[in-house]
Amino acid sequence: MAKLTIDDLKKIKEKTAKETSLRDGPASIKITVHMGTCGIAAGARAVMSALMEEMAAADRQDIRVVASGCMGMCSSEPNVTIESEDSEPIVYQLMDSNRMRQVFKRHVLLGEVQTDFALAKM
Amino acid sequence: MRELSLHILDIVENGITAGGDCIRIEVDEARKKDQLKIVIRDNGHGMPVEKMKNINDPFITSRTTRRVGLGLSLLAAAAERCDGTLRVDSQPGKGTEVSATFRYNHIDRAPIGDIAATLTTLIIGNPGIDFVYSHWIDGKDFSLDTREIRSEMADLSLSDPVVIYHLTESIRSALKALASSEGGA
Repeated sequence: MAKLTIDDLKKIKEKTAKETSLRDGPASIKITVHMGTCGIAAGARAVMSALMEEMAAADRQDIRVVASGCMGMCSSEPNVTIESEDSEPIVYQLMDSNRMRQVFKRHVLLGEVQTDFALAKM
Repeated sequence: MRELSLHILDIVENGITAGGDCIRIEVDEARKKDQLKIVIRDNGHGMPVEKMKNINDPFITSRTTRRVGLGLSLLAAAAERCDGTLRVDSQPGKGTEVSATFRYNHIDRAPIGDIAATLTTLIIGNPGIDFVYSHWIDGKDFSLDTREIRSEMADLSLSDPVVIYHLTESIRSALKALASSEGGA
């Protein structure tokens, strides 16, 4: 039976040999990718994959990613909500992997809201 | 949906919304028998009998943000257009099992797609939920259990994007090896 073996896990562990205990500390930024039927059909999984790549590259311990359901605005999916400690939550609309990368680099890392992609301030 | 793996992502999210904390996903590709079966089982709070009667009706939904629920209806349509069926068994308090069958070689059958991305998207997006994944291709199988991974990697978190990146790659290559191991189809 093929299985993700302990060796595989150890390899992953070696590749990620770095301090990860901080990951469970407090989060200052929360990124929500809305993954209802509408979001998934519109491409939310690709958005999430791009986000994971950017997160891996940025190596920031204080950013949380969560998947949530539809928020009722299916025509603007994929939607992504960014909540940070010091500003109002921003909902981005019609996301794709490139937009996600830009929002991550500019808004999440530098704090510049990308108004071109924004649907609303909550 | 363009890929069956996206349907899986969608139905699993339903199971999580229903309060499940351990979701089992099975994909069985019996290429020689021309059959494909996908089963998603959650341990959430299940559905009452009267809801089950209208399970494929998109206008029956438990959601509150809008009045149409499409996830199951879309999967039912995808299965039925490939000479397959969709079955939903649910017991209040115990959970729900959704099982879809397809004729493997039917021309309208969507590709299974990127299972690895579906799984890791689920894992990173739902930190408190465990997933048990099994995939058979002509009797050979691949399996993944996040409970085992969590216990093996005590000091590594499954919410670490670097771990997730490598996990995606290893699932992808394991499934590729599985698909090519038999008969070279």
